[in-house]
Formats: sequence, C-alpha cells, structure tokens
Amino acid sequence: MTLDQIKPGGEGRIMKLQAIDTLGQRLLDMGVYPGLKMKVLRNAPLDDPMEIELDGYCISLRRKEARFVEVELL
Amino acid sequence: MKNRKYLIALAGQPNCGKSTLFNALTGASQHVANYPGVTVDKMAGWYRYNGERVEVIDLPGAYSLTSYSPEERITRDFILHEKPSVAVNVVDASNLKRSLYFTFQLLEMDIPLILNVNMMDVAERDGDRIDIQTLSKTIGVPVVPTSMKRGSGKQDLLKVINAVLDGEKLATAVRIDYGDMEPFLRDIIEQLASETALTAHYSLRWLAIKLMEGDGEAKRLIEETLSQSAAFSECVEKLRKKFEHEHGEMPEVHIAHRRYQTAEDIAASCVVNETNSRGRVTDFIDRFVCHRFLGPIILLGVIWLLYYLSIVQGYHITNYTWPLLATLRSLAEALTPNPGFIEIPLSRSFTLWCVDSINALLNYIPIFFILFSLIAILEDSGYMPRMAFIMDRLFSRYGLHGQSTLPMVLGGIYVGGCAVPGVMSCKGIPDERSRLATILIIPMLNCMAKVPLYVLLIHIYFAAHKGLAMFFISTVSLLLVLPTAKILTLTVLRKKETAPFVMEMPSYHLPSVRGVLGRALERVWLFLRKIVTIVAAVAVVLFVLLQFPGIGEERMAFYEAEKERVLGVFLGKVKGLSCEKDLRGDRVMGLVLYWDDYKNARMRTSDNSKVAELNARFESRNPVFFRIVQPGADKAAGKVNRAFKTLFNERRDLLRHMQQERIDTSFLGRLGKWLEPVTGAAGFNWRVNVALLSALAAKESSVATLGALYESEEEGEALEQRMARGEAGFTSLHALALMLFMVLYPPCIATAIAVKLQSGSIKWMLFSIVYPMALGLATASLIFSGGSALGLSGLQAMGAFYGVALAFTVVTGFVKNKS
Repeated sequence: MTLDQIKPGGEGRIMKLQAIDTLGQRLLDMGVYPGLKMKVLRNAPLDDPMEIELDGYCISLRRKEARFVEVELL
Repeated sequence: MKNRKYLIALAGQPNCGKSTLFNALTGASQHVANYPGVTVDKMAGWYRYNGERVEVIDLPGAYSLTSYSPEERITRDFILHEKPSVAVNVVDASNLKRSLYFTFQLLEMDIPLILNVNMMDVAERDGDRIDIQTLSKTIGVPVVPTSMKRGSGKQDLLKVINAVLDGEKLATAVRIDYGDMEPFLRDIIEQLASETALTAHYSLRWLAIKLMEGDGEAKRLIEETLSQSAAFSECVEKLRKKFEHEHGEMPEVHIAHRRYQTAEDIAASCVVNETNSRGRVTDFIDRFVCHRFLGPIILLGVIWLLYYLSIVQGYHITNYTWPLLATLRSLAEALTPNPGFIEIPLSRSFTLWCVDSINALLNYIPIFFILFSLIAILEDSGYMPRMAFIMDRLFSRYGLHGQSTLPMVLGGIYVGGCAVPGVMSCKGIPDERSRLATILIIPMLNCMAKVPLYVLLIHIYFAAHKGLAMFFISTVSLLLVLPTAKILTLTVLRKKETAPFVMEMPSYHLPSVRGVLGRALERVWLFLRKIVTIVAAVAVVLFVLLQFPGIGEERMAFYEAEKERVLGVFLGKVKGLSCEKDLRGDRVMGLVLYWDDYKNARMRTSDNSKVAELNARFESRNPVFFRIVQPGADKAAGKVNRAFKTLFNERRDLLRHMQQERIDTSFLGRLGKWLEPVTGAAGFNWRVNVALLSALAAKESSVATLGALYESEEEGEALEQRMARGEAGFTSLHALALMLFMVLYPPCIATAIAVKLQSGSIKWMLFSIVYPMALGLATASLIFSGGSALGLSGLQAMGAFYGVALAFTVVTGFVKNKS
C-alpha cells in the first residue's frame, strides 16, 4: 500500500520509493528511505498535506507525493 | 574580497542555529547580502584575528548538496569555487543522524571541516548524551560542542577555527563505504583521472558519486569540460542502469541509504539516550495547533494578534513618538532662514519638505519594531512551518505554496507588512512556479505604506463605517491576490518548474529575548537605511518636479501688488495708534513670526499653570507685540489685533494661492493633468494623479505628497481636514476607487529591485510593474464608472465589489493546475 492511504496513528515500514528525480531525491534528503520505520501523525485541517514521524523527526508532505512511497503496515 | 587571507564558510541544515553562530562570530561587522527575512542568501561578515581580517560567509541552510534547490546550489557552488580556508558545519545535536547525512556530503568535496555540534542544551533536555571525543575520532574532524543561543562554547570554537587558520593539519576524515557501488565509482574515477581540467578543481570521487546520483549540475560540468562528453555521459548512464539492474536499487537510493547507515552507526556509538522524551512536548502542542478545527482558529488568532499588537498598539505608541518628530521639524524651521511676507526662501521650503517626507516614515518605526519582533518570535518558535502545513491545501489551489504564507504575512496578508522582506523571503519556496507567483502578487498585499492612505480616506469618506471599511480593504486584497495568482500560474507561469512540498516540521523552541530583539532591531535598521537612501532621494526629485518651473514674472508682479494692497489696508487701520511705528515696513513681518511662534507655543502648552509662564516669556521678548497678541481690555490693542488677524489670514490665502499655482504649473502637475483623460474613468483628478505618481517611488510618498499638496494652513491641522476642505467634489465612490487602485498599485522602487533579485530577471521586474497598473486602473474604472452608472454609494459599491471578488475567488479555486 502507499503512504497516502495510511490513517493518522498508523505505523509502517518504508519499502520502496516509486518517485525519481526531484521528488525522489528530496524524499531521500529529508530522511525518507527504504527500510525505515515511520508513523503517520496527523493530516492537515483540509486533509492535505500529512505529517509523518521518522526516527525522531517529523516531516510533512502532500498526498500526491505520499502516493509515491510504498509502505508495509506494521 | 581580493587579497583576503582567511575565508570561513558556515554550512548546515535549516534550523541548526547557524545564523546565531554567524552573529556571535561577526557581531556588528556584517553586511547583509539580502534584505530582512530569513537567511535566504549568503551573508558576509568578518572578525579580526591576529590583526588579519577573517571573512565569514553564512551559507543558506540546505538539507543536502544536490542541485535541485537554489539553497543547495549556492552552498555547493560556494564551496567548490571559492575554496574557503575551512568550513564550519553546524549541526543540530538533537538530530545528529540526519545532520551527519549532510556532513558526509561536505566531506566528499574535500574541504577542511570543523564539526560544530550546536544546540547541546536542547539535546541534553531531550535526554541525549553525546560523546564528543568518540564522535571526533570516528569522523576524523575536530568536533566542538556549543549552545550558541545561550552563548556557551563560542570561545572553544574560535580556538579550533583559529588553529586551523594558523595551519594546523587536519586528520583524514571518514570516507563512506558505498559497498556494491565502489567498483562503479572506481570505474568513473579512472576514466576521469587524465582530465587535468577537472582534477585541478574537483575531487574526482565527489564527481563520481554525483554522476552516479544522476546529478544535473555534475552532468553539465562534464559536458562543459570534456571533449568527448557525449560518449562519457552515455557510459555513466549505462553504469547507472547496470547498478540498478544488478542490485535492484536505484543508485541515488543506494547512496542515500549508505550515508544514513553510516550516520546511524556513528550516532549509535556516540549518542546515549537516557530518557527519550524527544518530541513529546512538540507533539502535544501540535495536537492543538494543527487540529482540524482549532488549527485554523489559532492561525487566525496569531495573525490577528500580530496585526493588533503591531498596527493598533504600535499606532498608539506613535502618539508618544510623534511630538519628538515635531520637535525635529521645529528645529529645522529655526535653523533655516525666516520666511518673508510672500517670499518663502527656497532653502527653507526644501529643508522642511525633506523633513516632512522623512518624518512621515519615521513615524512608523514603533509599528515596524513590534511587527519585526513578533515575526522573529514566530520564526524562532517553529510556528512558521505549521502555518505552511495548515495553509498549503488552500494556497496550492491557487498555484501558490504553503510556504507562501510567511512571505504573504510579511507582505501584509491583512494590513501592514512590507513587500520588500515579503518578496525577499520568497527564496525559501522550493517550487519555481509558486515562487514566481508569490513574488508577483506580494506587492498587491497591504503593505505598511498603503495604510496611511487607506486610513486617511476612510476617516474622511467612510467615517460612519470605519470598522467595516477597514475590514473590507484589509481582506479584499487577498480576494484579488488569489485569483490573480491562479491566472498567472495558468498563463505566463504555466511552463515553470514545480518542486516537491516535503517539509521538515521542527520541534518547538522557546525564542530568546536577545535573539528576537536583535533581529527586530537589525530589520528596523535596514528599513531605516531604505528610507534615508531611497525616500530622501525621491523627496528631492519630487521637490524639483513640484516646485519648478515656478510662478512666472507677470504673475509674481500680481502677487507683489496684492501684498502691497493688503499691507496698505492694514497700515491704514492702525494709523495714529501708539504702536504704528512698530509695524511700519519690514517690522510687520516681525509681528507675523511672533504671532506664529506664540500660537505654536500656546498649542503645545496644555497645562494652565504653564500658560502664565509662557505669557511672561513672550511679554519680555516684545511687550508691544504681546499687547497686540493678547489685547485684554486694551481697546486700541484690540483694534490692532482684529486688523492684524485679517492681514494674517489674507497672507495665508495669498501663500496658498501661490503654492497651488506653483504646483499647477509644475512638471508633475502638468503630467498629472495630462493623464486626467485616462484616469478620469477611475475618478482620479490631477491632484490624485500627482500623489499616485509620487507613490511609484515609494508608496509612503502618496500621503506625504497629498499632505504637501494640501499644505497645512494652521500648525497642527490634520491632513484629513485639509483634504476634505480641498476636495469638495470628492465622494466616497472616488475614495473607494482610489483605495482599490492603491491595493493593486505597482511595487515601489525598492520592491521592484527585490523582485528583480528574486526572480533573477529584468523581464519579470517590468512585468511586475506593468500588470498591476493595468489591473488597478481597470478595477478602479469599473468601480467608479460602474458605481456612478448604477448610482451606488461608496459603501454599496464596496459591498458589491466584495461579493463579486469573493465569488470569483471561489470559482477560480476549482480550476486545476497542471503539474
């Protein structure tokens, strides 16, 4: 399943980044890489973007970006 | 920067406290390469060491050193091309692992590096204990722990930096083992080893890693330097494909993975977390701040508080600071030659004009100081990214970005910002299309300088509905800005690049008083410099344009004759009285000045007990004149008093007619009249045209120019009264059209320069000037001509326009952008 399908509170492990180029590199630089555990903290008031926690820090990303992150639910 | 001996670069990820370190190192000796806003450009400063100047460059915060964002490119190019003596990599102690990801990339560029582990206090609070010695040994570079916000550790860091500047050799730093990719990297390095043009300037290993990452700039570098670049690039592409095929992972993912793995191993060996309380407070706060319902309410509250404290309370403070500025004016009056009966010396009118123009701006300082302090608090606390988080969905509908929130707040999303810092802070927006759209719409927000004109017009023409009118003008700009942004991104900006939103949500920090006040003062100071340079220059130009060519000889002879006539009438009335000899010839001018002085002094004295003292002072200065000013029961003096009042008023009328004639015939007056046919549909007469033309230079000038056009007749008379008297035919519909034109007014000169800097092209700057002018004139004409045709009052037209703008905004929000 992809990251955008996970509801707040859901935890998972990042499996694969489908994105290439800018978005892929940006996700990598912000610490989103395969093998890492993550948790969806919340959605913004208008449901988009979403905030996730990764190994001690938090990032937010738009849903259409989260669609490129494959996640395995834990 | 020629002949410099030492050059230090500060580099690090955002929110690591790099700017605090920069300020601590360079103190007051820094020149800001950019305007207030966050650190978006590199800033330069210096300090002295052993009598030598040490240049310090504060590079923009970047998460990585690829070439996808401008921050990353600036940092990378600086290190590659300027070759600093040493780079200080500032890292966030509470987030060591991800910080090291950046450190490794710096090390790969082969520059001498010092690792500054900052925010130790935060890490300790979170329960982290960092073993600095092990860290230093593992990475192989000097490591200095600091808590710059508390001011601790600066001396230790300086000692290490200076030792490196003195030539102390650094040990070889850790090199990341890229595992399966190493053979690929070796292959590329071998192929490039013979290229002396490359080996002289770049680390080949770094270049090889970048090429495997598929970095665009590295590819371009190869294309520019290599003779058979096409064949080589093809080879690199093959290697990338081969790696992905053999190892089932894209090369860039593998590289990032290895960096994170190494960082994690190092962090695991050096950091002991005892309590793991990290993020709990932040998460708790975010449960409210980012809540579905509470979040937007809190956001509105924050913006409301921002404006309430700065605009409303700041305005209140100006009541106390204004007398200081008035004293400045009196001083200028005293220092310049006295006016004649109808001849005002040019040096006097010029000096007072300049003082008035600058005073009008200095009056805003309390407001700016509060505004900048509050913005510094918002930045330091970590609330800004939450604003972006909450607003992104809405703004992205209009082609903008969550991070457009800060520029828009700075630019005046409600009322009272400044477009210059607003435009400059757009640099933080990673998305090129949204960034340009934000830059282009910021001048249409309600900057500080537009507010005086709004306040002036509302006080005169919407006096019964002040609150409503103010709400209208404050919010309508947003309703104009959003659809405009949307239309721009769908048309002229359609083909611009977009970038991912992915944004860090940093932990909350308590802002320090020193940091906040320091930044606020710095920004006020920069604003002041803008005033004394640009606005003073503009005032001079305007003075020339308004005063020359001046009144012709024939008309001047007419005014001379008028002067003789009214003086003759006065002398006739006082003939035979005891004080007659004191009023002959030039002496009557003495009474004019005395009368002026007394009235001014009397107005400033509100305390009754002080009035007697004042009277005594003026009586001893000139007992004869005092009797005329304060005749009491003295019949003869009373007669002179009445005769003189008439004379005084006639002189005032004469001066006003002369001033009006001077402006009528001036260069600017002619241009204003010449434009009347064009602006007629919008209801602007030539006086308004003149004010608007002067606002092109700086919007503050509009009120200053109106103020001068409706020159003060009595000291202390408010511009509201002057204007209401001077524009009898002006209605609230005129005022509304004028206010809306002001909303859409083209950027001032300083903003236009900022637009050029941020958009990187003169073409966009010119566009940013032309399109609001057309839009503004069209809107104002629609309001005035349409409103007149339908017989609407200003208030009705206001409501109708608001409804239309709101509907249009909602509709455009549903149009989809192609990404």
